[in-house]
Amino acid sequence: MSNRQPAETTPLIPRNRDVHPVAYDPNYKTSVTRSPNFPLLAMESTVTEETGPVFNQNKLGPLDNNLIMNWTQGKAPAVGERILMHGRVLDESGRPVPNTLIEIWQANAGGRYRHIKDTYFAPLDPNFGGCGRTVTDENGHYQFLTIRPGAYPWPNRANDWRPMHIHVSLFGSGFGQRLITQMYFQGDPLIDLCPILSTVKDRAQVDRLVAPLDLASSKPLDFLAYRFDIVMRGRRQTMFENKPEGM
Amino acid sequence: MTQKLDTLQETASQTAGPFVHIGMVPTYAGLGGIYEEEIGTSTFSDGAKGDVIEITGTIIDGAGFVMRDGMFEAWQADANGIYPGQDGVDPNVSGWARVCADPESGEWTLRTIKPGSSVNRDGKEQAPHIAIWVVARGINIGLQTRIYFDDEDNSGDPVLSRIEHKHRIDTLLAKKTEDGKYRFDIRLQGEGETVFFDM
Ligand SMILES: [Fe+2]
Repeated sequence: MSNRQPAETTPLIPRNRDVHPVAYDPNYKTSVTRSPNFPLLAMESTVTEETGPVFNQNKLGPLDNNLIMNWTQGKAPAVGERILMHGRVLDESGRPVPNTLIEIWQANAGGRYRHIKDTYFAPLDPNFGGCGRTVTDENGHYQFLTIRPGAYPWPNRANDWRPMHIHVSLFGSGFGQRLITQMYFQGDPLIDLCPILSTVKDRAQVDRLVAPLDLASSKPLDFLAYRFDIVMRGRRQTMFENKPEGM
Repeated sequence: MTQKLDTLQETASQTAGPFVHIGMVPTYAGLGGIYEEEIGTSTFSDGAKGDVIEITGTIIDGAGFVMRDGMFEAWQADANGIYPGQDGVDPNVSGWARVCADPESGEWTLRTIKPGSSVNRDGKEQAPHIAIWVVARGINIGLQTRIYFDDEDNSGDPVLSRIEHKHRIDTLLAKKTEDGKYRFDIRLQGEGETVFFDM
């Protein structure tokens, strides 16, 4: 065995579970059998959570963050209201999270996903796939060009509809920072009726998932912009880390 | 009144939903070719040192039903217990992969390198394990667990030793079925419920 030195990683700040959704919520029926009964076993992060996958940015293609064009490889644009989705990724200390991978996926303008399990009769758009990916720049900024997804009905209570939303997956630099969330759109009346969004019990946290219209970043005669800033779990950085316990 | 802390709160998690595959494993969802190269297809490439193993299992919900839509991410060290990003890691180990349940049977298989034991900041050694992050429709925040191995010495592991209900440690042990093959089922709720972490 080589290199058996103590890891030179920094500990993750313990997650504040109060800002996250509850696991069990009868109004979101599937959660009833998919939520653990036992409490989570909480402890300090280890080297396993403090390290995480490293991506080669050169693997990203030029259209990967352009959902209007990536499905047809630039041949024809998708149908729908053209939007820029953009924002910054920060950690809990307010530091930018640079060079981190963001993946998104969404329904088309009619509320239909390109997925064999989606049986909603709204039609597929032959020019829209529905996924994209990018990497934040050195200041934590990211951008996607896409179309505004439609709302769609889903089997839960008898007449539940998802508000317009885009699914977002983020990495950070440690596996323990992994996060999936959803971005909603300012002014959508379905927001207050959504049983998935209301698994988040802290109203201020719900509001932070709703992206405002950002007219200043819109391009006249081309696209509207919505701004979605994201905060990821951070790391503790005092000068007293990385010492044997009790020293 | 006091000074105000300037720390921020983490953005709230939301379920990955039933169509998570579109964004994370597009080929599986039927969007093959949208990216030139899909990520997370394997934890290692040719030339990686160590033993190649195969772990097979299912994800089971609280009704005892084998989930067809579940998926997880695996994250692990190389055969020497060194993680990608750390000095001296095997260049043929990425350590990370995405694993989907078969849409018909619900069974998944992770083919990987058996990880070595790793060393924490405080110098304590962790037994060989693979970190698992389960996401699916109905899971509002990803569930963290670990795969340990029943043919390893797990007695000194600092995480397993924190489990008060000792019989539940068994839910984290992959069982060797034959040479290089293991079985590991993830039970989200109820009898035999897998231990999930907040770490
Ligand atoms: Fe969705």
